[in-house]
Amino acid sequence: MTTSVVEPWAERPLVKYVEQAGARLVVVMTPAGQVLAQHGFTRAVDLMAAAALGAAIMASSGALAQQIGERPFGSLFHAGMRHGIHLAACSTPRGPLIVLTVFGKETSIGLVELFFEEFAAALQQAAPVTTVREPVLAGDFEADLNRSLTSLFRR
Amino acid sequence: MSEALLRALKRISRVRGVRGSMWVSAEDGITVADLLMEGVRGRAIAALAASLARKVSGAAAATGSGKVRFVQLEAEEGTLLVAVAPGDLLIVALADRRVNVGLLRLEMMRAAEAAAA
Repeated sequence: MTTSVVEPWAERPLVKYVEQAGARLVVVMTPAGQVLAQHGFTRAVDLMAAAALGAAIMASSGALAQQIGERPFGSLFHAGMRHGIHLAACSTPRGPLIVLTVFGKETSIGLVELFFEEFAAALQQAAPVTTVREPVLAGDFEADLNRSLTSLFRR
Repeated sequence: MSEALLRALKRISRVRGVRGSMWVSAEDGITVADLLMEGVRGRAIAALAASLARKVSGAAAATGSGKVRFVQLEAEEGTLLVAVAPGDLLIVALADRRVNVGLLRLEMMRAAEAAAA
């Protein structure tokens, strides 16, 4: 299984999290769906789809929480027949991040949640303090996306 | 149901040396009910106890030993005991070195049987 990163500071915490939690797939992304690091994906199209859907779920559940006067949900868990999906946000000096974790029957949601806490703390410690980022322009988007895909899949 | 679960935990916690006891979902590794001394990391114990039970069950199945009913892990500073109860539940107890393991095991098995009834 491969781990690849766009931002190198995320690699060590991610590798440790994958090992401890027994995760099959992990995506670390921004709330906009920009992937910073991933584990387990072999095809760019799958990774981008997972990141976009994960970010959309967090955005829509956050909006739903706001509608009912609640704070955004801490984490979401979907128990499937063969896989579980854990989706949670964490704050870092680089800005808020979303982590999507897919795991199988060899581990459990208890272990994933337990080690996610450590992972979130490690990300918070490792993340560089963000500089004011330029707004993403439509013209730059494709170039940015291609750069990220090249970093993640080395092609 | 939760009253009965808590009553069982109270009985287990009365055994001298017990630092905490809990009902844990075997599949998810999350706590269903607990009675813990301060400083005991319930979430971590629940997750790790369920993982331990799953791995021991796998080993037992591989060796043809049948269903696992009880797991005892002795460490330097204490003991972790896990009893398998019906309904995808585990009874987990964390105890220090002075615990009477026999008595604790008896209470845990009683709780597991009560959960089955």
